[in-house]
Amino acid sequence: MTQDADVLVEIDDVYKHFPIKQGIIFKREVARVHAVDGVSLQIRRGETVGIVGESGCGKSTLARCITGLHPITGGRIVFDGQDISRMRGKQLKPFRRDVQMIFQDPYGSLNPRRRVGAIIGDPFDIHGIASGADRKKRVQELMELVGLNPEHYNRFPAEFSGGQRQRIGIARALALKPKLIVCDEPVSALDVSIQAQVINLLKDLQEELGLTYVFIAHDLSVVRYVSDRVAVMYLGKIAEYAEGEDLYEKPRHPYTNALLSAASIADPDAAERRERIVLTGDVPSPIRPPSGCRFHPRCPKAQENCIELEPELIVRDGDAAGHETACHYPVDPAESLATEHAAIEQLSTEPTLPSA
Amino acid sequence: MSLLEVRDLKVSFDTSDGLVQAVRGVSFTVERGKTLGIVGESGSGKSVSTQTLLGLTAGALIDGEALFEGQDLLAMTDEQLRRVRGKEIAMIFQDPLSSLHPLYKVGKQIAEMIRQHEPDVNKAQARKRAIELLGMVGIPEPGQRVDDYPHQFSGGMRQRAMIAMSLALNPKLIVADEPTTALDATVQAQILDLMLRLQREFDTALIMITHDLGVIADLADDVLVMYGGKPVEHADRRSLYYRPHHPYTKGLLESIPGSTGAKTRLKPIGGQPPSLINLPTGCAFHPRCEYVMDRCVTEEPLLAAVGDKDGFPDLGHTSACWLPKEAAGLDAEAENLRQEAVALGRSADSPAATVVDAGEAQ
Repeated sequence: MTQDADVLVEIDDVYKHFPIKQGIIFKREVARVHAVDGVSLQIRRGETVGIVGESGCGKSTLARCITGLHPITGGRIVFDGQDISRMRGKQLKPFRRDVQMIFQDPYGSLNPRRRVGAIIGDPFDIHGIASGADRKKRVQELMELVGLNPEHYNRFPAEFSGGQRQRIGIARALALKPKLIVCDEPVSALDVSIQAQVINLLKDLQEELGLTYVFIAHDLSVVRYVSDRVAVMYLGKIAEYAEGEDLYEKPRHPYTNALLSAASIADPDAAERRERIVLTGDVPSPIRPPSGCRFHPRCPKAQENCIELEPELIVRDGDAAGHETACHYPVDPAESLATEHAAIEQLSTEPTLPSA
Repeated sequence: MSLLEVRDLKVSFDTSDGLVQAVRGVSFTVERGKTLGIVGESGSGKSVSTQTLLGLTAGALIDGEALFEGQDLLAMTDEQLRRVRGKEIAMIFQDPLSSLHPLYKVGKQIAEMIRQHEPDVNKAQARKRAIELLGMVGIPEPGQRVDDYPHQFSGGMRQRAMIAMSLALNPKLIVADEPTTALDATVQAQILDLMLRLQREFDTALIMITHDLGVIADLADDVLVMYGGKPVEHADRRSLYYRPHHPYTKGLLESIPGSTGAKTRLKPIGGQPPSLINLPTGCAFHPRCEYVMDRCVTEEPLLAAVGDKDGFPDLGHTSACWLPKEAAGLDAEAENLRQEAVALGRSADSPAATVVDAGEAQ
């Protein structure tokens, strides 16, 4: 494959399966969780790629594969021209400097017994970049950069609020001037009024430092706001991948449509006008994903075809280049999905009200 | 008579760090068949105020009145309250896994509750009712799933089971405390849709507690916004979303990325929510407010009617803020009114002027 200089990360048909083992002495693999099941994605320098999907769709696992926290089962991840999926141990050290992660839980991701200065300064120690007074100076610069008071260098995480802790996590991620930052639900644990502070900070830092972000969230409006391109994941696969506005204005995959119609809108008139597409049932288990198109048991447009044939992630008729959809029967903008019914039998969870 | 009338409810907890004033005087009414949304961030007192009504805040110092069909819930004995709780007023909690007992079958937990309140129902009848209820909330094959344990249900199904349980005795009021926060977007849509349909069917009143203004935009009839243990604004939903008066409500609406996809910079509310032990003087929001004036630091504003579009006081829309009553809305005109008031109300050497800068730096 030719390497485009503009591409920072090339994710090529990546699989990540977690084995489920049983037995006492001889552990036998009885099944596998197909967390990420053949994902290909390109991340360009300086852009923000948003990944959305419901819990269990594999978005966090994919993020951890990109950062090298999970060894992948199959496929290839090329970062800045180097295939990192086959590297082990010390070989990975330079790569780990370039990729950092911001976690969801600002309470669980900071060691409560260590001072903030030590937490943010750790990366300098590990990579042997700065020590002593130099390290302190750099840590305080970082604290200033993310809007923390540098005088709080000696405080413990417990003395900070949730939003401030997330800033500590961001300062730590920035310490080594990484090229890529993977943000795994960075604002979902924060109060609404604090979320906007952190989102603005992330955007400012991107402009200032030329960072590339992978931004994972379940809140669609936040992802729309920060992302240049958005990938929608469902059960370990990408259902749709497009430019942010294109995806939100003209969603083609029925799942994307349903997800967008379910998003909360803080506007009573708009909320009343929209048609909620209420899907049947829950997300199936990733241990035995459905055959064919994985969305067929819940899809309002499902046909016989969808049970057997797995749709490819390609550009569909009438779409802009780069707008890829994995669906045999993509949704037309004029279509009303809320009133459609699948041609195949589905396990319905529609309530039967007494009067109906 | 209103179904529920809460008057000047105050709840505080005596802790080793000091007195935590969780709720500092809340009044609201809920009419039959209507939905009241209570919005606020963590620590605003939104959950404590409703839990107190049902006697779920043990050890709290409580003051005020809560009349449910004319009877004061706060003056009831434990025994009297037991008869109301579950039967007349049901509660749905945020986390459906920890609100179901893990060692009992789901159906048994629903049946137990029915038999507790209606002793002449026998076990078989209660089980039959449980199956009906599970079917009603959309659990597939309820006849079999009734014998499942909570861990065999998915998150959405557990929340459905909780809703089934809350509906079991046809209560007059359901209190839902962040019922969909733990759920995924598509499942959240299912649950909200279900609650709305069931509410219309049974004419139940509903109190929806949430931190997300988006969740209740198409659900609530009235919305109460709380901050630092006090209501700051109360209005019907259209007035609240389109003509917010209190700077906190306005800030909440402006800090959410819009549904239009505009990439204009978000306007966050600076600073942090207040400590409930050491509350700020005057208006509790003043350290974070961009329109802070001199009097905000010393005098606490009370809920007062906001001017409607023609400038007449709108009795259904109240706000606790010193800004002029006509300065409601998100448009430039209202913003001008606010800026004028701030220019008049803020003296050059006042502590108020420095407060805002500190908030921004946070």
